[in-house]
Amino acid sequence: MTEIEISKIIVGLLVLLGAFLSAVSAFGIIRLPDVYTRNHAASKSATLGVISVMLAAFIYFYAEHGHFNSRVILGILFVFFTAPVSGHLISRAAYNSGVKLWDKSVRDDLKNKKK
Amino acid sequence: MAFQILLNVVLALVWMFLSHSYNPSSFIVGYLLGILLLLGFRKFFNSRFYMQRVWAVIKLFFLFIKELIMANISVLKVILKPKLDMKPGIFALETELKNPWEITLLANLITLTPGTLVIDVSDDNKVLYIHAMDINDVQSDIDAIKNSFEKAIMEVSR
Repeated sequence: MTEIEISKIIVGLLVLLGAFLSAVSAFGIIRLPDVYTRNHAASKSATLGVISVMLAAFIYFYAEHGHFNSRVILGILFVFFTAPVSGHLISRAAYNSGVKLWDKSVRDDLKNKKK
Repeated sequence: MAFQILLNVVLALVWMFLSHSYNPSSFIVGYLLGILLLLGFRKFFNSRFYMQRVWAVIKLFFLFIKELIMANISVLKVILKPKLDMKPGIFALETELKNPWEITLLANLITLTPGTLVIDVSDDNKVLYIHAMDINDVQSDIDAIKNSFEKAIMEVSR
């Protein structure tokens, strides 16, 4: 097996994995009961899905065309650092504007802080 | 730490002048020799030998990637389970970290760990309020993970 074939297999696996993770995250956004649990699905699965698709694009252009695209690497780092912050901000804004937790939630320590 | 890096760069430049070759490879050779020299003289500096801190940063980065993958597997399990029987909730976690950037890093790490998401940081920067996807079985595990994260971050900033 040559190098190009191996890189093709890796690229294919990464693209499929990224698409699968994005699909799972969309499915989770539909299925989960409240804002906070949906945010879990959106901020984790979507991040890794986007990162693996971008990594696949980077490896493809590097192995097939010998083109080192540094912008893709910068994009990966940017998504990696900003996705958790946006998840935190959205759920914090939801909590401060009084969105209720799911009725089967067991604990709420943040309520004590407000008093 | 910045002083030690600057000193190392200056030592590499001195090496380039001594060996009369002005190209990147001799800079790298000089830099490596400078690392050895700083290692020999590390007891004269106030702070630690700076390569230890670089090593701690690299370890933290790999911890970050590992936790991201673990988090995805656990979220996958919850979403694809036929019955929605998880028990979400918000719990408080006290932290010993002081600097704002350390707390930001800890919050980001917690957000990317299995089943947890930071919702609020208290005004005095002492308590983090965390939403957990499944609170019963993770409470003790999560505390263990937190301790390892806090330790890894302290390793960097110490």
